[in-house]
Amino acid sequence: MQPQFVTRYPALSPTFDIGQRVRVRKTAPLGHIRTPFYIRGHVGEIERLCGSFPNPEELAQMRDGLPAQPLYRVRFRQKDVWPDYQGPENDTVDIEIYQHWLEKA
Amino acid sequence: MSEDQGRYRPLSYFQLMEVSLRELLVEKGILTEEAISEEVAAMRARTPERGARVVAKAWVDESFKQRLLKNGTAACEELGLEIPALKLVVVENTPQVHNVIVCTLCSCYPRVLLGIPPDWYKSRAYRSRMVREPRAVLAEFGLSLSERTAIRVHDSTADMRYLVLPMRPAGTAGWDEARLASLVTRDSMIGVALPAPA
Amino acid sequence: MLEHSHHDMGGERAGRIQRTEHDYAEWERRIDAMAVLLWAIKGGKRYLTVDEHRKNIEALPPEDYDRLSYYEKWITSLTQSLIQRGVITTEELGRKMEQVEKRCSRSS
Repeated sequence: MQPQFVTRYPALSPTFDIGQRVRVRKTAPLGHIRTPFYIRGHVGEIERLCGSFPNPEELAQMRDGLPAQPLYRVRFRQKDVWPDYQGPENDTVDIEIYQHWLEKA
Repeated sequence: MSEDQGRYRPLSYFQLMEVSLRELLVEKGILTEEAISEEVAAMRARTPERGARVVAKAWVDESFKQRLLKNGTAACEELGLEIPALKLVVVENTPQVHNVIVCTLCSCYPRVLLGIPPDWYKSRAYRSRMVREPRAVLAEFGLSLSERTAIRVHDSTADMRYLVLPMRPAGTAGWDEARLASLVTRDSMIGVALPAPA
Repeated sequence: MLEHSHHDMGGERAGRIQRTEHDYAEWERRIDAMAVLLWAIKGGKRYLTVDEHRKNIEALPPEDYDRLSYYEKWITSLTQSLIQRGVITTEELGRKMEQVEKRCSRSS
């Protein structure tokens, strides 16, 4: 799968494909994290591979965050995320999530 | 004293911090006052008009639009816009899909294209509620969408920055880009409003 | 709740959005400018990352996170980050703050 943005960092290989169903890992470690709490444990679909970037969790701790991690946009149905969602079936929320936060669903 | 007021009043703790930090960094040769002033001026010059130009061009030039959707950064660079480090994803509104942008974790925003985000974008209420009840939040902004239009919320959590490409208003056939750009508001590029009518 | 950080607020309940906007003061703009320069977004030597900046904002006590204005949070975070990196020390900062305060009270 072609990334939308090509970067020159040494990077891990992307392991997920567009359209693949993935689950956000349900865990709550400490540190600086860019995977929002509300989406953990939820299942969505890979919408695109943004590219590979240094891991922000490591950059925040003054380390270089390499190798770069694949970053995806994952699309979730709002009705799957919020039990009380008032709105049509095809309302969605798209979130950028790093590969190490995702597993096959 | 606070030089911004034109009269003397004590610095707040945070203003004191700003002066102290700046003077230390200049003394250490890390920053210069000139570089700081230049960047302040550069940021002032970054207004939503820059984003409006991009939208207007996409409205008149279909192949530019396709390039914009494929790689927003490269398309902005085509127009000669200075957008350092911006990884821009442009999302297109259609009759079937309305897009809206939020950063629940902080205040990520395409600053180098649109300028500093408004206070409300950074507020607790917007950041908490937009992902969970977008229709109610949009209604508060005066925008009611039919259930036949899906709402797609983009939570800007990592390295990408988002710009909504609104739909071109009716009654604008034959308008030139500058005139079209005047209809494109900042709020329509965030997704909480439609462009101004023709 | 430690496992759900205060800043990570997507989906929390909140009231109406106040559509406030304000024109930023010069001191606020200078903070923004210093951050951009220290992050080396336009090239040059990078002293800090945006990620450290965010981490230090997230580390604010919840009452301060809510109460401080946007650029009050930024200047706090920038200062903490620079101390963590050893670019400045607490001692240097304290002495400079004393100096600035003396200067300001002499003039007013």
